[in-house]
Amino acid sequence: MRVAAAPVAVNEPVVFDLAAAGLRALNAALAGLTATTNQTVWRVKNPRGEHAIAVGVTAPVCIFVDGPVGYYCAGMNDGADITIMGNAGPGVAENMMSGFVRVTGDASQAAGASAHGGLLVIEGNASARCGISMKGVDIVVKGFVGHMSAFMAQSGNLVVLGDAGEALGDSLYEARIFVRGRVASLGADCEERPMTDEAAAILAGLLRRADARAEVGDFKVYGSARKLYNFHVDHAGHY
Amino acid sequence: MCGIAGLFLKNRALEPELGAMTAAMLSVLTSRGPDSAGFAVYGQAMPGFLKISLRGAENFDFGAMAAALDVDVSVHDDHAVIAVPLEREARVRALLVQRFPEVAVVASGARMELFKGVGQPDEVSKRFGLVGMTGSHAIGHTRMATESAVTIAGAHPFSTGADQCLVHNGSLSNHNDIRRKLIKEGMRFETQNDTEVAAGFLSWQLREGAKLDEALGAALDTLDGFYTFVVGTETGFGVLRDPVACKPAVMAETDDYVAFGSEYRAMADLPGIADAHLFEPEPARVYFWERAA
Repeated sequence: MRVAAAPVAVNEPVVFDLAAAGLRALNAALAGLTATTNQTVWRVKNPRGEHAIAVGVTAPVCIFVDGPVGYYCAGMNDGADITIMGNAGPGVAENMMSGFVRVTGDASQAAGASAHGGLLVIEGNASARCGISMKGVDIVVKGFVGHMSAFMAQSGNLVVLGDAGEALGDSLYEARIFVRGRVASLGADCEERPMTDEAAAILAGLLRRADARAEVGDFKVYGSARKLYNFHVDHAGHY
Repeated sequence: MCGIAGLFLKNRALEPELGAMTAAMLSVLTSRGPDSAGFAVYGQAMPGFLKISLRGAENFDFGAMAAALDVDVSVHDDHAVIAVPLEREARVRALLVQRFPEVAVVASGARMELFKGVGQPDEVSKRFGLVGMTGSHAIGHTRMATESAVTIAGAHPFSTGADQCLVHNGSLSNHNDIRRKLIKEGMRFETQNDTEVAAGFLSWQLREGAKLDEALGAALDTLDGFYTFVVGTETGFGVLRDPVACKPAVMAETDDYVAFGSEYRAMADLPGIADAHLFEPEPARVYFWERAA
């Protein structure tokens, strides 16, 4: 596969056959892109559920992955616009710094884990621990999320158009969680909060950017009750 | 780690391909379990006969054994499957113990044949001739040992009842306690392995009259630890994940089959996968398929 050698016009997609050239060649080619590259559109054929596809991309390019992917796809993304045409395995867009990742199908557990920035949009459902320990990323899930979503989430916004599983927002720090559907249960120190103008504006902006057809007024917002931030002597007996 | 592959065919036209499809899935799962592999295949029943899967030492003369027992035999490397007339089952089992103590009974059933060995999945599949096997459903496992040693005894599937088998990704924390209770109920165990206890628990439930889906529901209340189980019976195929659901699981369903893989990539070559309904089985929910015998 002579990706770098082939002359490619601006915005002409670079077609990369993962089954033929292999994962390391793909990630090396993507890692070699500069901010001013002319190879701005990539199409990855035959992903076949492989792990770690398009990780650590730092160039502002568009990448389309033509099918289901395995673990950690688009991990550590920093500025790229990555679309997965199918389902994603565990840890999609984990530790994303900036950019945009879209999954057209479902995502497995720990989608967007520890991510610092950017926007992750999941058109289908996300399994358990979606947004675990998120640190500034925005995540929009158009279906449901599994149990323990936004566990220890520190900042950023998780928007769920469907239902949320058990223990939503357990041990939450300062992330916001918006849910339109039913919440099975809230985790420790997570509580419903008033929908402020600021929160409503953030939600409206995310719904628009995610191309999600939903009304702000149909959502509830959840946040930290901040009771776990400090040791409280009256709770000593609970430890 | 560990990898699980399961295939339950709805379309009988695919039955000749069952072994080849299962072998391909196990091959992909080598990275999740390189130390041992095993599989159970539900093939054609022989009315009036019980199939007993056996394991002998290397180069054991199964032909001579079968002649002495007066049964038909099909030899697969260090395993063999004998077809025993139902009325002679007790006699043959007794003779096996008395005259061939070096031969281990791996499993038995009207349809199920079970093979497992230490080594890379491709090598294990090849040794036993998995590619040529046919049937309605198959369950396979690639093992990365965590709870007990890399031995044939620790390899999956485990079978603790006729036509019943179970494979497991995970580890159980209360298996010693459950094993003691099941022994009091008359169940017998061959190893100290946690997965054998899960298989024994389901067999005990089935023996007490539960249906497979009910037995899996009871397992949720009893077994503590991490698990994704795939189980087989003569006509059924079930999946269960623990409530925390750390261990991966992906399923694909088409008009022709239901497939289970620890990861999607194990199923990437199945026919019609691009149009399959792909989903992740939910935690603590019993999934179960059955077909007419």
